[in-house]
Amino acid sequence: MTSSGHPPSPEEELTTHLPALRAFAISLTRNISSADDLVQETIVKAWSNLPKFQAGTNMRAWLFTILRNTHFSNRRKRKREVSDSDGIYARRLSVRPEHDGRLAFTEFVAAFDKLTDEHREVLVLVGASGFSYEEAAGMIGVAVGTVKSRANRARARLQELLGLGHGEDLVGTPTDQALMAAATAGSHGSS
Amino acid sequence: MWRTMKQEKENRPRPGQDLREQIDMNLRRVYQDAVEEEIPDRFRLLIEQLREKTKGG
Repeated sequence: MTSSGHPPSPEEELTTHLPALRAFAISLTRNISSADDLVQETIVKAWSNLPKFQAGTNMRAWLFTILRNTHFSNRRKRKREVSDSDGIYARRLSVRPEHDGRLAFTEFVAAFDKLTDEHREVLVLVGASGFSYEEAAGMIGVAVGTVKSRANRARARLQELLGLGHGEDLVGTPTDQALMAAATAGSHGSS
Repeated sequence: MWRTMKQEKENRPRPGQDLREQIDMNLRRVYQDAVEEEIPDRFRLLIEQLREKTKGG
């Protein structure tokens, strides 16, 4: 499509960010159909604002910002009428065959699902999708220090949900400790 | 499994650091799994529609 050498138009570039944009939506909503509705709304909004997009700036960050603002504003409107604690997506993920650390990853996903949207957002932005604290601060619309402390709290909450203290393994070797932690996390839920 | 254990031993600076690294590794995996999902056709269709609309003025 864009193999002829010229730089892609904003319309073409937008398409290249779709997989990341959808992954971010899935991370926030933990529900495929909600994520797809959110991506749809984001594309429509972004498209009509493309003339305002500044060429040379980070389009992915721009799209992520539109998506997360849409998500949180929709959520405010809906006020939690639908709960996705059922984790349709998580259940599908957890049946994937794993080579090692299977138990740990399944437990990790279950714990990740229990976090608040705000905690999942910050962890995905700075921990998984490669944005800097500064970029994440710009996207969320808060100070850099807030992003850092929120990320720390989100990590601490994850550890708590996983039943892990400092120095215990999360993935890899199935030590007695890890198996115990996973079993405990599985049987006690979010308590 | 053994390879993983060996790797972990080799790059293990501090327990806290290690746990944080493992959390980030799992986060990247959750995100990456979602990135690799196939994009539904509805989005290609949507973009085609938007393109048409833009052309038509």
